Amino acid sequence: MAAPIDLHEVAERELSERYGFPWRIKACMSTACLSAGANQAYEGMEQTIEKEDLALEARLIPTGCMGLCSRGPLVRVLRRGTDEIMYQAVNKEVAIDIITDHVRDHKPVETNVLDHNIPFFTSQEKIVLENGGVIDPNRIESYVGHRGYQAFERVITRMAPEEVIEIIRASGLRGRGGAGYPVGSKWALLAAATGDTKYVVANGDEGDPGAYMDRTVMEDDPHRLLEGIGIAAYATGASQAYIYVRAEYPRAVERLDRAIRVARRKRLLGRNILDTEFSLDINVRIGAGAFVCGEETALLASIEGRRGTPRLRPPYPTERGLWGAPTMINNVETLANVPTIMRKGAEWYSSIGTEGNTGTKVFALAGDLVNTGLIEVPMGVTLRHIVEDMGGGIPNGKAFKAAQTGGPSGGCISSEFLDTPVDYDSLRNLGSIMGSGGLVVMDEDVSMPEIAKFFMAFSMDESCGKCSPCRAGTVQLHTLLERITSGAGTRQDMRDLEHLCHVVRDTSLCGLGQTAPSPVLSTLHYFRAEYEDMLVSEEATNA
Amino acid sequence: MRELRTTVTIAFNDVEVEAFADETVMQAARRNDVFIPSLCYVEGLSVWGGCRMCMIEIEEDRRLRPACATPVNPEMEVYTDTPKLRAHRKAILELLFAEGNHVCAVCVSNGNCELQDMAVACGMDHVRYDYRSPRRAVDASHPKYVFDPNRCILCTRCVRVCDEIEGAHVWDVASHGADAVLITDLATPWGDSTSCTWCGKCVAVCPTGSLSYQGTAVGEMEHSVSMISRLAVARSRGEWLDPEAVS
Repeated sequence: MAAPIDLHEVAERELSERYGFPWRIKACMSTACLSAGANQAYEGMEQTIEKEDLALEARLIPTGCMGLCSRGPLVRVLRRGTDEIMYQAVNKEVAIDIITDHVRDHKPVETNVLDHNIPFFTSQEKIVLENGGVIDPNRIESYVGHRGYQAFERVITRMAPEEVIEIIRASGLRGRGGAGYPVGSKWALLAAATGDTKYVVANGDEGDPGAYMDRTVMEDDPHRLLEGIGIAAYATGASQAYIYVRAEYPRAVERLDRAIRVARRKRLLGRNILDTEFSLDINVRIGAGAFVCGEETALLASIEGRRGTPRLRPPYPTERGLWGAPTMINNVETLANVPTIMRKGAEWYSSIGTEGNTGTKVFALAGDLVNTGLIEVPMGVTLRHIVEDMGGGIPNGKAFKAAQTGGPSGGCISSEFLDTPVDYDSLRNLGSIMGSGGLVVMDEDVSMPEIAKFFMAFSMDESCGKCSPCRAGTVQLHTLLERITSGAGTRQDMRDLEHLCHVVRDTSLCGLGQTAPSPVLSTLHYFRAEYEDMLVSEEATNA
Repeated sequence: MRELRTTVTIAFNDVEVEAFADETVMQAARRNDVFIPSLCYVEGLSVWGGCRMCMIEIEEDRRLRPACATPVNPEMEVYTDTPKLRAHRKAILELLFAEGNHVCAVCVSNGNCELQDMAVACGMDHVRYDYRSPRRAVDASHPKYVFDPNRCILCTRCVRVCDEIEGAHVWDVASHGADAVLITDLATPWGDSTSCTWCGKCVAVCPTGSLSYQGTAVGEMEHSVSMISRLAVARSRGEWLDPEAVS
């Protein structure tokens, strides 16, 4: 067996290399920037460095997401001893200019400079995304050079599993998949379960429209996820782990596969990790395109190779999960918090955010905003701060109308609640949910019944068909919404719509069905007049 | 010799009854002659929990629970017939009626249909929702049986009985959501099935006229669900017993 990786030595080497170059150019190669042409920009810089003979001066580093996706492709230029300069909309010409003008002639390309002292960047508190735009996701050395696997090494060589669980519990970390279950308690459940084999599953089946928090972690910082899983497995006594990635994320699958291969080779995975007694193997499982497989029991069925439908709980997965063995499912973002918590301590983590809602949350900011992209903010910041300061407000002088959180399971929040702190409990009180972190902002032109219909169509298409209220109910809810939005709805349709929402919510088997009516119920609550304005008039009905 | 089972006291609609500590609310209700509507539940088959007709209210529990999958708890107070439950069940039945093509007047199971009985028992007198009137092809390729998916409510009793009691697993569900449909083998005609043993258990256990014998006319089809339960109990106990007495 090969000798395990010497984390200290790798980190040292990485650091000395890092500061060996006067110029370091970090180019975002994440999905959003790649689709905006980051590849061409990268090639342009690579060739120009070659041509200008700057290879000993400037080091070009492909990195993960820098956040402000609407301005991509993004490039950061760091020069030893000066402030960094960030560039936006870097096409091939700008990329070549960056090398010739900025690096060679020391004159920044003013036309494309992006001020990184705007609230979008300065209001963020990065834990999960701390390596985004910093490390090269495909090099384990790059992760190790940024304190990667330090926590893991300390945990498995010097800590008892109970101590680890205690720290997670004390940190107050709650499940980032949406429900907000205390993570420490879940870990303790699996630790207490008996069985020869126990499983840890990372849920990367992120499916809410417009959400890409977990994708970014898996693509841009795959080793962070592996480290989080490793710590979770050690703390709970699991020896097998799966990462369930949706098939629509091929780049995440590729980078995770590579990360796992490298980690095995470096003895950070496999038998007797780092020469300890602890063994763990991680495998990637690819979803088959069903939204419902994000539901934990459907996800387990899918991993087992069966039809992805939810089953009744109890028994909960920590009692009977994969192939009948105790299994714990954590969201990708949840696990990505773990290495930093173990490194910096529970007290540090719980000092961020608010009481009962500690730490940070990643949001995919989308819709009618000046700045859209990925942000990580402390829990409890107000919606207004996110929308107006970080998002830069609504473009074209339009007014804010609503913010949609939680995707098809969530609700719309109207402008009078903009000062609500964004945390699990406040959003639930408003009839929405935190969800996994999708946040869509809508301006005054958006019709709320249309939004409700959009999400109902989504839930209808994604219903697995197992339970009758969800299978047949979402179809009828959609039919009613179609009739209302087409202007043919009556007061009776409104009553039927509202009642059926309650039926589907109260009687469906799994979370998908139970929350499918939420977009309708919350828009009915805050924007009922819009529905009523669409109905056929009383006279027409009586005629 | 059978082992002694622990008993506990629970209440159905404020009337106390004796229940076994290791049974479900549905089992306790049936032994005590408390009616809880249900469509997918069959004593002796695995619990599916899909029809959602057996939802009950439990004191100090905010959520509705399916009786078929809720274990008995000592001192629990169960309500099976509240205004909310009545309204919800009626709505679910209407959803099922609107989803397929359930036309009793021309159905082989007219008069012997659990869906029909349930509609009567729950007081469903009309359907508020749009009839979807799907066009689903009937599979009459089997020499002995007919499968009419228009009358199927996807309770999966046939899937479970074929897999769990007969051990053939001819049936399964394909597609999802509103398109979900039962298939035999790999979505090939039932008559071509090489796994079907012609045992007829799926037909016996079907709650509607979806599965019937070839040649039956309107109102002639009679299912025998209790036979399946007796069979299941006999298998597990090794003797012929009344399924509800031993459940």
